[in-house]
Amino acid sequence: MASPDGAAIEVRGLWKIFGPRADRVLGGPDAGLDPVALRERTGCVAAVRDVGFTVRPGEVFVVMGLSGSGKSTLVRCLTRLVEPTAGEISIAGEDVRAASPARLRDLRRNRVSMVFQHFGLLPHRRVLDNVAYGLEIQGVPRARRHERAREMLTLVGLEGFAETLPDRLSGGMQQRVGLARALATGPEVLLFDEPFSALDPLIRRDMQTEVVRLHREVGTTMLFITHDLSEALKLGERIAVMRAGEIVQTGTAEELVGSPADEYVADFVRDVPRGDVLSLRWICRDSADGERPGETALPAETVIRDAVPAVLHSDLPVRVVQDGRPIGVVDRRDVLSALAGLPGAAS
Amino acid sequence: MSSGTVGAAEPAGAQAGPPAGPPTEPSAGPSAGPSAGPPAGRTGSAAPPAARRGAVRVPRWAPALAAAGLAVAAYAAYAAFQGTATLPHDDDAAPFRIVADLRAWADAERNRSPFFLFLVNYVRLGVGSVHDLLHLVLHGLGWAGLAGCAGALGWLAGGARTGLLAMAGFGAFGVLGVWQASVDTLALVLAAVLLSLAVGLPLGVWAGLSPRLRRLLTPLLDVMQIMPTFAYLAPMVLLFQIGPAAATVATMVYAIPPAIRITALAVEQVSPAAVEASESLGATRAQTLRGVRLPLARGTIGLAAGQTIMMALSMVVIAALIAAPGLGSDVIRGLSRADVGLMLPAGLAIVAMAVVLDRVVTAAARPPYEEALGPGAAARRSRVRRAAAGALAATGILLGRVLPAEFPGAWALDFAGPVNDAVDWAKTSWYGLTQAVGGAVAEGLLNPLQTVLTEAPWWLVAAVALAIGWRTGGPRPAAVATGCLLATALLGLWQHTMETLTTVLVAVALTLLAGLVLGVAAARSPRFAAVQRPLLDAAQTLPAFVYLLPALALFGATRFTAIFASVVYAVPAVARLVEEGVRNVAPGAVEAALSCGSTERQLLWKVRLPMARPALLLAANQGIVMTLAMVVVGGLVGAGGLGYDVVSGFSQRSDFGMGFAAGVATVLLGITLDRITQGAGRRPLTRTST
Repeated sequence: MASPDGAAIEVRGLWKIFGPRADRVLGGPDAGLDPVALRERTGCVAAVRDVGFTVRPGEVFVVMGLSGSGKSTLVRCLTRLVEPTAGEISIAGEDVRAASPARLRDLRRNRVSMVFQHFGLLPHRRVLDNVAYGLEIQGVPRARRHERAREMLTLVGLEGFAETLPDRLSGGMQQRVGLARALATGPEVLLFDEPFSALDPLIRRDMQTEVVRLHREVGTTMLFITHDLSEALKLGERIAVMRAGEIVQTGTAEELVGSPADEYVADFVRDVPRGDVLSLRWICRDSADGERPGETALPAETVIRDAVPAVLHSDLPVRVVQDGRPIGVVDRRDVLSALAGLPGAAS
Repeated sequence: MSSGTVGAAEPAGAQAGPPAGPPTEPSAGPSAGPSAGPPAGRTGSAAPPAARRGAVRVPRWAPALAAAGLAVAAYAAYAAFQGTATLPHDDDAAPFRIVADLRAWADAERNRSPFFLFLVNYVRLGVGSVHDLLHLVLHGLGWAGLAGCAGALGWLAGGARTGLLAMAGFGAFGVLGVWQASVDTLALVLAAVLLSLAVGLPLGVWAGLSPRLRRLLTPLLDVMQIMPTFAYLAPMVLLFQIGPAAATVATMVYAIPPAIRITALAVEQVSPAAVEASESLGATRAQTLRGVRLPLARGTIGLAAGQTIMMALSMVVIAALIAAPGLGSDVIRGLSRADVGLMLPAGLAIVAMAVVLDRVVTAAARPPYEEALGPGAAARRSRVRRAAAGALAATGILLGRVLPAEFPGAWALDFAGPVNDAVDWAKTSWYGLTQAVGGAVAEGLLNPLQTVLTEAPWWLVAAVALAIGWRTGGPRPAAVATGCLLATALLGLWQHTMETLTTVLVAVALTLLAGLVLGVAAARSPRFAAVQRPLLDAAQTLPAFVYLLPALALFGATRFTAIFASVVYAVPAVARLVEEGVRNVAPGAVEAALSCGSTERQLLWKVRLPMARPALLLAANQGIVMTLAMVVVGGLVGAGGLGYDVVSGFSQRSDFGMGFAAGVATVLLGITLDRITQGAGRRPLTRTST
């Protein structure tokens, strides 16, 4: 399953420029221009600009950005649904950009599946046949593919809807069908293109939980595109923030909130409750002169909110320990100001 | 999704501006420099001044003043040069003689030159045998067998109601007393439709998949569609002589464009999400076509087939000019003798045929998954339908064996006498009214306009066309329009073109007026719309010449008849486009206007009509093209001008050259009008993008 270098997806120097003579723009001096100037000078739009990242096997990697930041184009470049202008892509050791049409088809059929924002279901086929579509394309006999499709429907909690036409299902159920269809081929990598953006908030939360559960059960590598920060924080082990085609910062939720790379990211994560994301590592301090830490010790990875009971019950500052070594202390005031989001608490 | 990124790139860039803008931040980075626009920028200095120069505004009244100046100049030129440089008609102009010689040559070469021997004659033979086979089978079934089979097909496609409708429609052919002619027409229409679909559907699917082929086909289809049907009858005669084969090919030329266009559109516009999902699963192009595109496009492709049938049916009458057998020749004879009683049964039979074929095809094409039925119920229903259809067809064919093939004459109703009596009564009792209306239009609009157009020097008319075209569409469309207009003079038909232009302009003005009033009324009042819609639906499915019937009955053979018929023909389409345009104005804008306290009238004049401008211009363009097509048909009922030349070109061999040239001139006139109005439709788009 893992490629020789241990990455499920590896992308380097990826560019996608829409417009006339895109490859020329790339080689020339205009490539560095900002989007408005680029469009004025060349008529081209650089949707993806020099993007690189690595996704480890079994990881959930989230690409987050506002609409128009190029994230949907990026995910389509990975299986060349949109042909990239330049760069290297390797999925499970396969050089995607060098793949022949037949190898590319093979990759799409067996190793990578995609879930779409607008579901992309076929209205003239039953749910069962929609789920089995990927297998049908591969020439899997009807009985086998139907059996597999039924298993997938059970997996996503849609048993009993096999004979229904997709239009009769609610949005959330339709996306479950899309999910089942993507899972049916047993892919190593699942690509999600804003799969829950078209759903209403309650159902979206259900579906997010569903994805977390599936990831635990199936363990597939997932690349997840979203514009929703809370979705990114909930699902992503690591998050890449995109803006105007470029990746501004890649890191865990904690890294993004704790040390945003620039104003843009900082602006983005401003409303995130720090206490829910940051760990004690970010707020612990050296003990002041004459201050005597108490007996209680907490690991540095503890999320601030989870540290509240321990800190409340200790009159003295609590010691913070990383790998068995003390790295500082926190007291009630530190925790409170971090929870309240006061300035200076976590910088 | 590419358009999404394109459209959204601007806001992202705009956000980059403010924080980086102030010059207090020297290290703002090269990427944000140009948009801030300080004079220091090296790359940025070129663009903004140019943009600013483009934004210099001409005063609002300047174009109006220029237009008024031009109008005054044109009037002065008309007054000064009236009567000079006119191009009066000559029945023996050089272009006509050249065409006549060409026909003589083609007749002589027919059995000599390889072009005829190995291509044209084979096409003629092949198309002719398809028609003959259908003719033989349809007549061989006998009236009972044919009606039974029609009912069976209808039942199979759409259930009992469609089946009964089909049988009733075919029964009507007999009751109207035109069974033989109807079956002849049916054979011709079916042959043309089957061949059109056999060619058009695959081509359409291909064009839907390949933008390159689509680009190649589009201008060709444009020409085929804009070309008035009359225009290519003469070349057909040149190649295939007269008769069913030539009529079938002519009908195909007319009926194929929608088959290709709509199919291509259907295949192309299948939900991109579904196509992308299929591709992302590794489907080949063929698999995506078979599994996704074709099933999803099925309903629309059925629409294409229905449209093809309608087009083929509306050619029936015109094809009769080149000796196609069937109902068309009854209509032509009736028109030329102003004999409504002869026309009416044939016209009704054509309408009945149109309704039956349309219903059956639409029902057959309706995707079964759109009907709210469980899978079990659907299977059960299709079993029942198959049984009913089989029984019906078998009964019909058996009866057809037993009964005589001829529809029993005793069941037929006699129309000609009573209808003609009624027409005479209407004519005499409404004489005053019809005479007054017809006369007013002729004296008040037609004659003055025609005088101006025919007596003005040709260069002045051309210059005015150029000026109008330039104003509405810019230099290129204006040049094309003027060039086409002048080419009619080269054909030796300037005067007749001006006469036809007169009737077209008057008819268009009346059409637009009526269409605008009806369309706006329907958009404003749902109740009015509910009454009007079925009427428009019915009017749009009728073959074009049917509108000549009431006009002929009331107004006799005059120019006004042609105008009346073309207005009635074109108004439904125009009214519908206007209604849709006005109704579909962004609801947000309407709501905003209402919330500001606009009255209904203000809403209409300040929001709906201005915002519906593209739709209104489209309606105008559509109205002009349709009117032109119909005014030429009006040549049959005394409209004169090009239409009459075309008709006499077929009826008298000596006039063939003139008829041929008149057909070409009609096309040229059509292109002229289309360029001028299409330019008007496109203008706001180009203005905002530059």
